[in-house]
Amino acid sequence: MNYPVVKGAAYALVQANSMLLHQGSTQITERLKNEQSEHLKALPEHLRSFEDAVCYPPNQAYIGNITPDQLKEIPHPWYENPIAGASRDGKYGEIMPEDEFFGLMKMVDSFDLVVLEESFQAAVKEKLQSHPILKDIKEITKLDSTAHSADEIQKLVAEHNAQPLYFAGKLVGCVKKAHEFDEALSSEVMLGNLANKASAVLVLKQLLAKTGLNPEQVDYIIECSEEACGDMNQRGGGNFAKAIGEICGCINATGSDTRSFCAGPAHALVEAAALVQSGIYSNVVVLGGGCTAKLGMNSRDHVKKGMPALEDMLGAFAVHIGENDGVNPVIRTDAIGRHKIGSGASPQAVMTAIVTDPLDKIGYKITDIDRYAPELQNPEITEPAGAGNVPMANFKMISALAVKRGDIQKADLMKAVDSFGMPGFAPTQGHIPSGVPFIGHARDMILEGKIERAMIIGKGSLFLGRLTNLFDGVSMIMEKNSGVVATDTGFDQEQLRKMIAEAMREFAKSFRE
Amino acid sequence: MLKGKKVAILGDRDGIPGPAIEECVKAAGAEVVFSTTECFV
Amino acid sequence: MDLENQARIKDLCDKYGNEDLIVVLGGAEPEASGLAAETVATGDPTFAGPLSGVSLGLKAYHIFELKDEIPADVYEEQVGMMEMVLDVDEIVNEVKTYRK
Repeated sequence: MNYPVVKGAAYALVQANSMLLHQGSTQITERLKNEQSEHLKALPEHLRSFEDAVCYPPNQAYIGNITPDQLKEIPHPWYENPIAGASRDGKYGEIMPEDEFFGLMKMVDSFDLVVLEESFQAAVKEKLQSHPILKDIKEITKLDSTAHSADEIQKLVAEHNAQPLYFAGKLVGCVKKAHEFDEALSSEVMLGNLANKASAVLVLKQLLAKTGLNPEQVDYIIECSEEACGDMNQRGGGNFAKAIGEICGCINATGSDTRSFCAGPAHALVEAAALVQSGIYSNVVVLGGGCTAKLGMNSRDHVKKGMPALEDMLGAFAVHIGENDGVNPVIRTDAIGRHKIGSGASPQAVMTAIVTDPLDKIGYKITDIDRYAPELQNPEITEPAGAGNVPMANFKMISALAVKRGDIQKADLMKAVDSFGMPGFAPTQGHIPSGVPFIGHARDMILEGKIERAMIIGKGSLFLGRLTNLFDGVSMIMEKNSGVVATDTGFDQEQLRKMIAEAMREFAKSFRE
Repeated sequence: MLKGKKVAILGDRDGIPGPAIEECVKAAGAEVVFSTTECFV
Repeated sequence: MDLENQARIKDLCDKYGNEDLIVVLGGAEPEASGLAAETVATGDPTFAGPLSGVSLGLKAYHIFELKDEIPADVYEEQVGMMEMVLDVDEIVNEVKTYRK
């Protein structure tokens, strides 16, 4: 079987303190209830500096400067054990500060909704003009004009429902609504969508730069975040994918958006694998930008417990799926796990459908997978909020299944967890932690011969959309390439004719003898 | 104890989800009047 | 506890009363489970939702506590695996404290 391969992955983070305060849904809800709430007063004291966000170990793991195994060795709490001298530039991408990101949002804005203050815009333009990866985006010229005065921006925010953008304590810009009364084009929605688009542009540019993939080689882009872009007549009409590809110069690509809450990326990866294996496309990029609504989602508990507001990062990822090159890890398209409509809702049924059914199909035991990558939310963010350690719970469930199947003894449950598990290191950005943060690391570990195979698992809470009570989940296995690229298995008629002729000659010969 | 009782279920996506609890309490003779699954991540 | 769910529980309690109606929890964590149990018993301690300062007196049980009431095969299929994954004792002890 000529499996498709994972040719590269990129990851980006954007520190977004202003958006946390003003566009995080927890803060918006709080502001609506009580503008003078204790939480809103205390929260600004808990915001991190950019340097602290860069040196935060899980963020360094996300952009590839340390491995999850190295992160495991760093003592808790991680926010009290920063990595000295850590760089914003990562093996797989970068961590960007919010001022540059506002500039990037303006660059990707095709409808003049992002307005920046004159001096701020000038400063940011200079920074982006020296950004090694973004300076060649032709839309950088958007930063040459249409800046507003501080007063004009203040007016837009106060009187025209524009979303404020702050930096270093000053109002430096805003995002306008795209329509007077269409709720699907409100300033809040447009800001969220533009932030998503901009962070995805950043990570796609990183993928192109760090892996040598040319933008013109990209045939198809699948975007898999959880946002919707459209208008009141088609709220989720979409195509973030094409919009992102346009900015990045992917002139030969089209694309589409795939949605399944947090399981979106896993679905998108399977779709990409199918497109490549079938020969329809040669190079497909799966990507997703960050979510402003989720910023500071659990900040109430972080503030109460005297912690920094750790949910200050927008996350983005991009993965390149290509044709089998005999080198890169393959995607075992013959062992895709899926939670079916009829699978059932119990945790056991869910994990069986997603994890063990595909293993059974190809005759693997649970212990044959070297690493499992389920939802990889940073537990330092989730535990104080009472949501537990989600990656750990998933590893325990997989291990418990192994016990039930007799692959391991009950006494070895935690030993197995230790062996195939890893600490969570992704920000709580929904679709972002869902299996995909490990793809870059898995690829490296497989290429270095450290592991043979890893399973990427995505799970989604469909019931949040109030349309079904169903759960969802998809898994795929990345495996070491056998090194053999199957040649064209197309039928060679001439060859076959020769073979039949030869066989008949032999047959006739045997008659004569 | 459950037999004949009316039950409101608060399931947890990372614990035991609503529909799974529903199967259990129904099998024990209770009537489910509300069932939901919460998601904290 | 989700604010929407707080409102629903309140309505149901008004309708059925706190003798006939019980709440069954599936929480993964002791803290979150305890919070839900407290909310439906004596009110939302975080004062975030409709049950702020509202004492419904509802009894909440975690599904782990109801094992003996449920046919063994059903419990095993729906809940069994999670006994190996979650901290059963801690969760049950936490929930019990809010039930009088």
